[in-house]
Amino acid sequence: MKTEIAIIGGGPAGLAAAVAAREAGVEDILIIERDNELGGILNQCIHNGFGLHTFKEELTGPEYAGRYIEKVEELKIPYMLHTIVVDIAENKVITVMNKEQGMFQIEAKAIVLAMGCRERSRGALNIPGYRPAGVYSAGTAQRYVNMEGRMPGKKVVILGSGDIGLIMARRMTLEGAKVQVVAELMPYSGGLKRNIVQCLDDYDIPLKLSHTVVDIKGKKRVEGVTLAQVDENRRPIPGTEEFYECDTLLLSCGLIPENELSSQMGVELNPVTSGPVVNESLETNVEGVFACGNVLHVHDLVDYVSGEAKMAGENAAAYVQGTLMQAGKEIPLKGENGVRYTVPCTVDRDRMAEKQVVRFRVGNVYRDSFLCVYYNDKCISRVKKKVMAPGEMEQVILMKSKLEAFDGLESITIRIEQE
Amino acid sequence: MKVKELVCIGCPLGCNLKVEISEEGSMEVTGNTCPRGADYAEKELTDPRRIVTSSVRVSGGHLPCVSVKTETDIPKDKIFDCVKALKNVELLAPVKIGQIVAENVAGTGAAVIATKDIYVQ
Ligand SMILES: Cc1cc2nc3c(=O)[nH]c(=O)nc-3n(C[C@H](O)[C@H](O)[C@H](O)COP(=O)(O)OP(=O)(O)OC[C@H]3O[C@@H](n4cnc5c(N)ncnc54)[C@H](O)[C@@H]3O)c2cc1C
Ligand code: SF4
Repeated sequence: MKTEIAIIGGGPAGLAAAVAAREAGVEDILIIERDNELGGILNQCIHNGFGLHTFKEELTGPEYAGRYIEKVEELKIPYMLHTIVVDIAENKVITVMNKEQGMFQIEAKAIVLAMGCRERSRGALNIPGYRPAGVYSAGTAQRYVNMEGRMPGKKVVILGSGDIGLIMARRMTLEGAKVQVVAELMPYSGGLKRNIVQCLDDYDIPLKLSHTVVDIKGKKRVEGVTLAQVDENRRPIPGTEEFYECDTLLLSCGLIPENELSSQMGVELNPVTSGPVVNESLETNVEGVFACGNVLHVHDLVDYVSGEAKMAGENAAAYVQGTLMQAGKEIPLKGENGVRYTVPCTVDRDRMAEKQVVRFRVGNVYRDSFLCVYYNDKCISRVKKKVMAPGEMEQVILMKSKLEAFDGLESITIRIEQE
Repeated sequence: MKVKELVCIGCPLGCNLKVEISEEGSMEVTGNTCPRGADYAEKELTDPRRIVTSSVRVSGGHLPCVSVKTETDIPKDKIFDCVKALKNVELLAPVKIGQIVAENVAGTGAAVIATKDIYVQ
């Protein structure tokens, strides 16, 4: 089997990339999705707050996905469900598997990676003790409650204040559970402020910053957990232990891009994001292979995912149509002094659009600080920001005309500075 | 004069709002990036409301539940009643996105609508 553009993953990123590629004139597109429906993780995010940027109205996750699924159907873009990609070779031969056809191969001219991310597992968390039942990742619990109608437990403690954990604190409270506390290792929350207000404050659920789980009680089933405060080095402080009786512990400890397939095919990954290193066209080091959405870096706003995916889809289309300019001089983009990474990692002035969005996350909470952009070692913009936090993605916009007007440009650096 | 501080939940920006309430009860809102912030603050301090999302059982569909939401925001103190009322609703597949699942939920005047298509299986 052959296709011009293969899109791996049918979540919001894959859908938006497919729509954009078709609208750019490519007929032969195939979306490959392992689940039994399109929409990705949005199917389980039933709360509202999606799409304010894209649709100018506040939608729920399934409604947001529905808008794109409708477009895909309207444009008659082919997709395969229940079909998992098991391997991608460097020559863009994709090995897939499903029940009906078994294992087979698809040859693609261009590939858009849109596999999303997965949750950090408990193993990565280093909690001592037994491994009793009743410990779930917040995303698994979200799927149980919202899609299968099952409640994981009645008395809950949540470790990690990422958005999914916060949303689940409210969801389980509404479903009749008692959510005792949300504990966060860091001195700041990993989630959006609005979620702290409407998911915790609305229900008087306490948020304990700089706290972690030091012990889980129970052999067969969780009977309780012990929390302790941590010092600046994130080590538990003796004497601060507090015991909470509970039958369920939810872990909301962050997401990691799902890139086993990408690295197998030789795509270079950024160790900070665990996502591919991409240039301004969202193209990886393997020519004709593009990445977007949570597989590239973890997003908290699906609107940004759709925007990014549209660009990846358009560039994949240009690539197969032979109109994507040959890559020329790549100028490296660097994050420094609190800017943990940048997407993209390089820009090519000839290839970039007039406005290039650069997205990144900061490594700490910064108040009344300046977000600065340097061309070589010359500061060309310095914007005061009231607050920047790791839970919220930041961006700067680079202007092609300005980059072209700057003689001898060798690097661009984004950094945070105090007064 | 009283001063209240709030975080706007209107969008993910989450602006920090400062509300100055005069003796006569008039409010002045600062810190909002857009006009919705001022509306939110006034409403939050006089008649706090929320959109409620939940899920409702479906039989005969490709999934056992369908996600739903209140079409308009409802008073905050009616949230639990709303979720409780939805426990007694059971639908039959197919369910269309936008389909009314319950009218006047918990006496709030708001309808609850499906937010996802469920097809027959
Ligand atoms: C558990 C969880 C809960 C979340 N909850 C929220 C939330 O409440 N609010 C919020 O704003 N954001 C939430 N997010 C973030 C949200 O995922 C993103 O905004 C957005 O959905 C990312 O879109 P995507 O298309 O990049 O990824 P996804 O939506 O994850 O889609 C990726 C798709 O690729 C498919 N796929 C992966 N590997 C393969 C393969 N090998 N073969 C075939 N198909 C494959 C997957 O099945 C999936 O459908 C959550 C993320 C996770 C992981
Ligand atoms: S004031 Fe406007 S911009 Fe700020 S959080 Fe509210 S809705 Fe968003």
